[in-house]
Amino acid sequence: MSKQGIVSLEGVCMNYQDLEGETPALKNIDLEVQEGEFIGIVGPSGCGKSTILSLIAGLIKPCSGQVKIEGKEVEGPSSKVGYMLQQDHLFEWRTILQNVMLGLEIQKKANEENKKKVMKLLDTYGLGDFKNHYPRQLSGGMRQRVALIRTLAVDPKILLLDEPFSALDYQTRLALSDEVADIIKKEKKTALLVTHDISEAISMCNRVIVLSKRPGVIKSSHDIHLSGEKRNPVSLRKAPEFREYFNIIWEELDVHVN
Amino acid sequence: MSMSTNNNKAPVSEEHLAYLKKVRRYKLSIRITQIAVLIVFIVLWEVAASLGWIDAFITSQPSRIVKTIISLAREGELFRHVSITMLETIIGFTVGTILGTLIAIILWWSDFLAKVADPYLVVLNALPKIALGPIIIVWVGAGPVSIVVMALLISIVVTVIGVLNGFLEVNPDKIKLLKTFGATKTQVLSKVILPASIPTIISALKINVGMSWVGVIVGEFLVSRAGLGYLAVYGGQVFKLDLVMTSVMILAVAAALMYQGVAWLEKKYLRWRQ
Repeated sequence: MSKQGIVSLEGVCMNYQDLEGETPALKNIDLEVQEGEFIGIVGPSGCGKSTILSLIAGLIKPCSGQVKIEGKEVEGPSSKVGYMLQQDHLFEWRTILQNVMLGLEIQKKANEENKKKVMKLLDTYGLGDFKNHYPRQLSGGMRQRVALIRTLAVDPKILLLDEPFSALDYQTRLALSDEVADIIKKEKKTALLVTHDISEAISMCNRVIVLSKRPGVIKSSHDIHLSGEKRNPVSLRKAPEFREYFNIIWEELDVHVN
Repeated sequence: MSMSTNNNKAPVSEEHLAYLKKVRRYKLSIRITQIAVLIVFIVLWEVAASLGWIDAFITSQPSRIVKTIISLAREGELFRHVSITMLETIIGFTVGTILGTLIAIILWWSDFLAKVADPYLVVLNALPKIALGPIIIVWVGAGPVSIVVMALLISIVVTVIGVLNGFLEVNPDKIKLLKTFGATKTQVLSKVILPASIPTIISALKINVGMSWVGVIVGEFLVSRAGLGYLAVYGGQVFKLDLVMTSVMILAVAAALMYQGVAWLEKKYLRWRQ
């Protein structure tokens, strides 16, 4: 970790305040993300996985430590970062095209040129025929793809994916994770994926970070090397190393069900 | 991935045609019964009054109502009374809705103000606004303006509470999404809070139609020299039940028409829901 990454967290701590008291969410997080990396963050529920994304997105400020993007401290939301949430949150009153234009509208970049770019994205990823449809006319998987394109439309360098597949059924989830990994690779984005699905993290990411129970500290980091000819997440699950990674991470997660 | 659009339906089968026919027949029978109930009621009323089963002097009777409407229309009074009441209602209703929504926006904007205003809104909502009638008359004067103010007062508190609740029910993740794009508070309001709340605002409109009619009629009872409420009160005072019944009938029709107008608006602006 010699050179400064595109995203870096240095000694980040985060506490949440409410009337009952203080909840420490993250403790002393150091993380360097290099350009083009696809990082998976796994951890027990409530360990502050999503908090890391909110910090990078500039939605909240750390209590101590620094969050930097391209060497500059994060002051607030920036167009360099795109955030994809658990639910697609497409606006029912907007057509697919209008939904995808949302970010550009907010950043006052909704010009003809960008509109063409967005149309091209929709065409490329099989949604061109649905431009003028309303969200309720689309299936869950398609809606989540629209949500991804809405995020990509503002051309962020870094994508934050907050359990983006957890609301989908299993088949759709597998198919979509394939597609999303493919899209992110093609568009040359750096990505951070928060998930509770170990297989998803191993098959999609090239580095998986394991967080401990609250307050979250980084327990370990695994570079993932899977052998196999096809490089898509579904086939990679068959790689011989897959089970090993899975077992190691599973042990580290230390899940107990009472 | 399956698509759920309408253009990939299978060709219509016999079974489906039979099903459609059944549904259509059921709907038709409902409509026919509705009309029949109305006709039976009117005929029964007419016959009962004619045969002396009931006292037409007290209950009036459909033919007398028609006669009253015709004679009022001939004198040009009908249009005058109806239009005055309609105008007062529409103004009270529109101003109440717009003002109520604006106040709701202010309260959404400032959580502090909303919390401060909360107990006052609760009291104002529980208070029967009609009790304020005498105060309004003294302050605003006995005229059409105080009638409009009455209608407005009755509808505004409900609007503020209803619309504000609608605003607060918007999914916080939708707001988070906008914030990740760097949206300002004004943008959050215009891009998500308002459009997401249009169904709430329209249902507030629907309630307000009824509320405004109550306000206007009560106002007319108290102060006016024209309008359907005045006509009803006047009719009662001089014991002309024909006149009272006539104004109630016209009121029913006018209120229903206005409600339909709002329903039409709803259909027009909520196309994405269908």
